Amino acid sequence: MTEASAGRFQGLSQGLSQGLSQGLSRELLEGLSEHALAGAPHEQDWRHTRLRACLEQGLPLVPEPFKALAEETGLSVGEVRALIGYWQHSGLIKRVGLVVRHRSLGLTANAMVVWNLPDERVDEVGRRLASEPQVTLCYQRLRRPDWPYNLYCMIHGVRRERVEAQITALIQRHALEHVEHQILFSRRAYCQRGGRFTPEMP
Amino acid sequence: MKMTASNHGSTDGTTSAHVDVVAKLTQQERDIINRLQRGVPLTPDPYGDLAQELGITSRQLLDSLRDLLERGVLSRFGPMFQAERMGGALSLAAMAVPEHDVERVAAIVNACSEVAHNYQREHRFNLWFVIASDEPGRTAEVITEIEGASGYEVIHLPKEEEFHVHLHLPV
Repeated sequence: MTEASAGRFQGLSQGLSQGLSQGLSRELLEGLSEHALAGAPHEQDWRHTRLRACLEQGLPLVPEPFKALAEETGLSVGEVRALIGYWQHSGLIKRVGLVVRHRSLGLTANAMVVWNLPDERVDEVGRRLASEPQVTLCYQRLRRPDWPYNLYCMIHGVRRERVEAQITALIQRHALEHVEHQILFSRRAYCQRGGRFTPEMP
Repeated sequence: MKMTASNHGSTDGTTSAHVDVVAKLTQQERDIINRLQRGVPLTPDPYGDLAQELGITSRQLLDSLRDLLERGVLSRFGPMFQAERMGGALSLAAMAVPEHDVERVAAIVNACSEVAHNYQREHRFNLWFVIASDEPGRTAEVITEIEGASGYEVIHLPKEEEFHVHLHLPV
């Protein structure tokens, strides 16, 4: 094992021991070929690319999903599981779970709140707003001459009045009274399809 | 979406529509949604382990997940990738379109395969959409195409930083 791949192996082990991918044993990890490890961070192996493409379709809804993915990609079951664990650890995969369609649950009020924060405060306020339970997305974006806002957050709710009250509460809780902001409620969703990267953003 | 019991329950009297829809879910479906929002274990038998935890069979779990996806309660099940780490770009863009022309322009935007989300919002900038692309420079091309076909300017708002949110919506 080269020094570089040993380092990656350690990263992989750490991720796993942190419980990011529960149930992945050391034997399983060690079953990963040198080739798979060397390729993991660089995505050079076409089988890894194929696995990513398969996973973009979702986790197969069959009794043995990793076996199905192994058959599809030519990787071993162990490699499939270890790669998913590795990608989760490295941040390529944000999480493995499900996405609830807000509209299907009656959460049709959707507000995008944009804030014009001093540059030195955007990080701190962004983190704080993201930690609020009502905030479903929080991004810092480039300002534009005709659109000076640099922080965006999304709030979903059943009723507009409720969402407005939540925004008022957020403003008070985080002392944002003097920060210029605008609230843009959605009027209509024309399209909500998964992009090539299955984004969750409006 | 992460909400606590106190701000989504019926006690505040403001979320009745949500409660109505949720009421149409069976207890088993609710348990599945609540559990799986917390993530799927990468064990040799993830569905078996989840089913056991939920006190149902793997078959029931799989059937229920397929059904929830078909009914559109769930939009997705599986790994969520970070676009930028996939070598792609995810960009927000906006347009200010006169009211009478919104439907025509929205259709132009929707016709682009790179557009993942497209919303009309209550503002002078009334069309907001997300462009997902895995080719460098493709986002700029898509914007140019939309501007050409619609006759209106597109403002491009690239992401600088994403602040991590915990998505959990108890149902």
